Amino acid sequence: MRLSQNSIALYVVVIALGFLASLLFPNELAQISGLVIVVVLIQTWILANKYMSVGQRAFVLYAVVIICGIAAPFAFPNYVTQIAILWLMILFALTWDMMGGQMGYNSLGNIIFFGVGMYASAIVQIGLYYDVAQYTSHAGAVKVQYDWFQYVFGMGLGLIAAAISAVVVAVVLGRVVFGLRGPYFAIGTLGAAIAAGELVGAWDYVGGGGGITMPTFPGSGDERSLFFYFALFGLALFTFAFLKWLYSRRYALAVNAIRDDEDKAEAMGIHTLRYKTVAWAMSAFLLGMSGAVFGNMSGFVEPLEVAFPTITFGIFMVLMALLGGKGTLWGPVLGAVVFHIIKELTWTYFLGWQWVALGMLIIINVAYFQQGILGWAQEKWPDFFGLTVDESDTREAAADASGEASK
Amino acid sequence: MNSIIEIKDVSKAFGGVIANQSISINVAEGGITGLIGPNGSGKTTLFNSIVGHHPIDSGSIKFEGAEISTFKVQQIARLGLLRTFQQTRIYSKMNCVQNMLISIPHRTSGILDMFKAHSPETNERALELLEFVGLFSKRNLIAGDLSFGQQKLLEFAMALMNEPKVLLLDEPTAGINPTLINGLIDRLKMANEQFGVTLFVIEHNMRVIMNLAEHIYCLAHGELLAEGKPDDIQNDQRVVDAYLGAH
Ligand SMILES: Nc1ncnc2c1ncn2[C@@H]1O[C@H](COP(=O)(O)OP(=O)(O)OP(=O)(O)O)[C@@H](O)[C@H]1O
Ligand SMILES: [Mg+2]
Repeated sequence: MRLSQNSIALYVVVIALGFLASLLFPNELAQISGLVIVVVLIQTWILANKYMSVGQRAFVLYAVVIICGIAAPFAFPNYVTQIAILWLMILFALTWDMMGGQMGYNSLGNIIFFGVGMYASAIVQIGLYYDVAQYTSHAGAVKVQYDWFQYVFGMGLGLIAAAISAVVVAVVLGRVVFGLRGPYFAIGTLGAAIAAGELVGAWDYVGGGGGITMPTFPGSGDERSLFFYFALFGLALFTFAFLKWLYSRRYALAVNAIRDDEDKAEAMGIHTLRYKTVAWAMSAFLLGMSGAVFGNMSGFVEPLEVAFPTITFGIFMVLMALLGGKGTLWGPVLGAVVFHIIKELTWTYFLGWQWVALGMLIIINVAYFQQGILGWAQEKWPDFFGLTVDESDTREAAADASGEASK
Repeated sequence: MNSIIEIKDVSKAFGGVIANQSISINVAEGGITGLIGPNGSGKTTLFNSIVGHHPIDSGSIKFEGAEISTFKVQQIARLGLLRTFQQTRIYSKMNCVQNMLISIPHRTSGILDMFKAHSPETNERALELLEFVGLFSKRNLIAGDLSFGQQKLLEFAMALMNEPKVLLLDEPTAGINPTLINGLIDRLKMANEQFGVTLFVIEHNMRVIMNLAEHIYCLAHGELLAEGKPDDIQNDQRVVDAYLGAH
């Protein structure tokens, strides 16, 4: 039986969801129903493999993920925020991989775009109806109460501003740091991220280190969490779909070529700077929007912990992509799911030791498991992923062989 | 015959090492020109100067009549002046077909071309050229897993995929199995005759270069020692001395 990359991903996603389900509901009924869900899903998948074409199977996989995504906040109403953050993590890992995995530029500073987007949206959303400097100088004394239209309209504009400003920062920063390669690029971008947090912290207009309170959500608490859940879910879904399309284009081979040998790529006439800039700008675009949503979701924007959390979110992005398997489409998704579950568990059950546990995970990942979950699975079961090679000598022989196989 | 590359008085030094000393060379359009010389005589340095890998200290390099000595590597490549590397370079984590597909000419690529899919013609051309160099059966293998000689062939195929006007080949037969060398010579000649690519070839193997080139330049200690038809070069006492003296 031949399975695609997709099916491994599904098993892991399904088992993870089931696992999460049984843990989140520590009573027997919920655990049993979690198990039933897992069994039903796996059974569906096995049947799908037996009776469906590759295209149909992919369709089922996407349908299952989307249905789970839509159902999750209603099935687990107490954990809407955690699951929303999972989608954010998936977006983080995917956008980091655009540079680090696909292009070999290991950025430790992608969090900049998240923070820039967050602040851009904050300024636009507040500035739409208030004087921002005056608002921030009263530090929370003014409660911003928008009606639905004002809120949604402001946030829409905020998202646009977030995406644009993140792209501008990516293009400008790229001019500076794209001259650096290898570890120098990593350190350079890390420095830029730390500096960004400090700079914003010293900028009084946006409240400096004291931060900005975002407009209050006009609906109820439940409506609020659902609103932001679906915003992040939609953004992650869009990111995945966009990358799936993008990686079937010339773009993918060009950035992979830059990863493998940039000097060769230059010698072959590839517009390397253009590809690097566009790659970074696209990942900044997506991160900027996610920052805007997250800022509104947390309700309060502040430079070090929320907007530019370099050593948490900034490093998690890298870890998740490495854990799942960098340079693949599904690897970062898998990595984000596994990482988020491990992280939530250690934060719950090993409180006080969570950073140690996380450190161990990093060491094991980097020292013994560099290819990540997906890379490891592909190496172990190449047939499983359709990575077998037709060794026909000529094009005629290859045509014959594929003709016979299809008979 | 017209000269497609005109090199005039080009000098290049690395610190105290004078790698090229006022070298003048003309590469005839549509022909095969050879470049020989003992190890360290400055052949690769000259190639690097031509393709803009480093700035030259003085002199002039013209391609199709236009000065290119201040251009960057990518610009020169996009003009149709391409080189292969002495230390073969391919994209090692991509398979052979992918290596070929991304080696298309980027002369007229605009921003939006990044998002184009690979056309069926490009795919077909990639497979044709892989078959041409004898790597068709390896097409789905990761390029980094190929043997050194196979990588050399792949790099040659990638260069052809780029449809260059001039191809600078740095020791194309180094590391190639002697029984395959004749086949490779034939392919180089075919690339020259059928695809109309002007070749400028660095080669240590005398039998190969005598067989291949119409005109040969010989460097020694960074200076141009001799030039002429293969027979003249072979019988030139200075060339013989340079080679014997260097070993
Ligand atoms: N980047 C560099 N930095 C310093 N010295 C260099 C550099 N490149 C070449 N050289 C020196 O220039 C001289 C010529 O080197 P080059 O590589 O051009 O020789 P070559 O003719 O290609 O030799 P081979 O046949 O061994 O490939 C050598 O003495 C070499 O050490
Ligand atoms: Mg050399």
